[in-house]
Amino acid sequence: MTNSKTILVAENISKQYRLGLVGTGTISHDLNRWWYRIRGKQDPYLKVGEANDRSTKADSNYVWALKDINFEVKQGEVLGIIGKNGAGKSTLLKILSRVTNPTTGEIKTRGRIASLLEVGTGFHPELTGRENIYLNGAILGMTKSEIKVKESEIIEFSGCERYIDTPVKRYSSGMRVRLAFAVAAHLEPDILVIDEVLAVGDAEFQKKAIGKMQDISNSEGRTVLFVSHNMAAVKNLCTRAVVLEHGQIVFEGTQNDAVNFYLSAEKQKHQIALANRTDRKGNQKLKVIDVSFFNKKGEQVFEVISGDYLKIRIKLLKQKPVNYPKLFIGINFIDQNMNFALSYVNDEMGFTFDDLEHTDTFELEIPNLYLRARDYSLRVLITENDTNAHNFIDLIENAALLSILAGDIWNSGKLNRKSSIAVLPGSFNISK
Amino acid sequence: MNTEPEESWLYVISSKRKLINFNFEEIWRYRDLLILFVKRDIVTVYKQTILGPLWYIIQPLFTSVIFTLIFNRLGQIQTDGIDPFVFNLAGITAWNYFKECLTGTSNTFTANQNIFGKVYFPRVILPLSITISNLLKFGIQLFIFFGFWLYYYFQGMELSLNMTHIWLFPVYVIMMGMLGLGLGMIISSMTTKYRDLTILVGFAVQLLMFLSAVPYPVSEAHAKFSRPIALIVEFNPLTQIIEGFRFMLLNTGTFTWIGFFYTLVVSVVLFLLGLLVFNRTEKTFIDTV
Repeated sequence: MTNSKTILVAENISKQYRLGLVGTGTISHDLNRWWYRIRGKQDPYLKVGEANDRSTKADSNYVWALKDINFEVKQGEVLGIIGKNGAGKSTLLKILSRVTNPTTGEIKTRGRIASLLEVGTGFHPELTGRENIYLNGAILGMTKSEIKVKESEIIEFSGCERYIDTPVKRYSSGMRVRLAFAVAAHLEPDILVIDEVLAVGDAEFQKKAIGKMQDISNSEGRTVLFVSHNMAAVKNLCTRAVVLEHGQIVFEGTQNDAVNFYLSAEKQKHQIALANRTDRKGNQKLKVIDVSFFNKKGEQVFEVISGDYLKIRIKLLKQKPVNYPKLFIGINFIDQNMNFALSYVNDEMGFTFDDLEHTDTFELEIPNLYLRARDYSLRVLITENDTNAHNFIDLIENAALLSILAGDIWNSGKLNRKSSIAVLPGSFNISK
Repeated sequence: MNTEPEESWLYVISSKRKLINFNFEEIWRYRDLLILFVKRDIVTVYKQTILGPLWYIIQPLFTSVIFTLIFNRLGQIQTDGIDPFVFNLAGITAWNYFKECLTGTSNTFTANQNIFGKVYFPRVILPLSITISNLLKFGIQLFIFFGFWLYYYFQGMELSLNMTHIWLFPVYVIMMGMLGLGLGMIISSMTTKYRDLTILVGFAVQLLMFLSAVPYPVSEAHAKFSRPIALIVEFNPLTQIIEGFRFMLLNTGTFTWIGFFYTLVVSVVLFLLGLLVFNRTEKTFIDTV
């Protein structure tokens, strides 16, 4: 792999965006820019702007979504790009797929780039499935003859044979996505850019899609840039990865190292006292300032064995009065692949928080935590009246980290496996 | 790794802008897309309608009937001895092509931001496809016009083609397409930032029609308008084209070579300007749209 030639080079890629309303002041800024340019000076607005951090309020109206990105991709390599929401992944992909131009820097490539930023672009509802295969394929850069060769393969892969001559507007959303993915998966560009398309369709189709992705990257030796939140998929598919944070590359290396770096960087956040965290959503009438775990004896713990007792104690800072009987509080266990493994929400449990008026601490008791061994992060959501986003009081991701260790809930002398999410009581019997 | 010569790069995505940056090879590679877009435009417009493509014909016919009633019966506009209905039909058929090209291309960026925000293909394919699909509609409408032309001819009306200049007809069609496309591209580029133009285009096109000598001949403009307005009408390139159409198809009105070359230059300049502005906008419009 080290001998293969470089197929793509990104040099000093930066991208600047204007914040707030575009419209007010644009003419004056445009005129100002033009005036600087004809005098041969640099764009005055390029100097302002700062690193892209969503959670802090910016001082200027310009922000760097990407700043000085440099990387190289070799022929046949599958490069993963990981980062939180807003780290600049999508902006980078947009530049790579030529949807928008960088503000500075350039990307040089030896191959044609095609992107699967979102499948189904350009589907026309009035056209039939077959006509849309041609239209969508052509939009993605295939010629008519190329599509013709693959037509039956695409139709078969999509599993929509019966409806292929029906207008797409009569399709279910799932069928539309399958058809769109089928077209995109049969593209043959030199460099393929993929953004989270695996999160579509039902389980069976997802399996098919991941299999196809693996085929593309492994056997066909295609160069792929793969952007995802799904750490398992990155580990599986990629050969190398970069970690983006606030528009900058903070790590570059093998896919395993990069995933570990990303996860540990996320972990470090927990060392900031919860009370001081600013990456929250909601009106902050109440604020979660402490989340801690206890065992049956009342001792504070940081890990728990699968199947054991766990008590979660949450402390709130009361900043403004709220309607306590109408409070919704949800606690989610989220695994490394961003799956919600377990949720406790008071309304479905028939519990109301009336008494929280007199105290600032509440507890969640779990007699048997039947989750399999894995690291989980806790997400706490408090809302008032209903669970709509505009009624959020406090939402904090990664409020605490909990390691669950493998247990033996069957008392069989063997540790429970780590695969799958839960291990629930049950038994095998031979029927007579 | 970087010792290989620059030329071995297939292409470079750069922040630097060149004044003219057209990759005709690339546009050629996407020709199938152009054809498919044209097909899509034609096929889908009248899907789930009862009359279907008949609407292509009904629109100009009804407009001509109304024009004849309002302008000729009520307004007493003289049409140089030609039956007013045929006169109006000729003007409207020609005007419609320009109008459709202009309004169709003028919202290219805003209407397609969904596709443009996700995939790359040469953006100019879309306005081109609109111009071509409108050309086909224009063909159908022209066919109907000739149907009426022949009907009136056999009814004994004095109609004739201008045989000495009829060969210029395709040039006029191309000029009109270029004008519509060029103006449309300029407007679509500007609407990505300033939406005011979208609102403007709607009624500006209607007003422009009245300044383009569609429902009256240029001779009437000179007879009834004040001098400055008559001059605006005469030097409006669209007037030249519409008058030229009627000159060739109905052998009425005036034709001058100066007027012809004037219109040709304006069309080419506007078209090139449109391409230039469009080309500059397509790179970053998705950030401002």
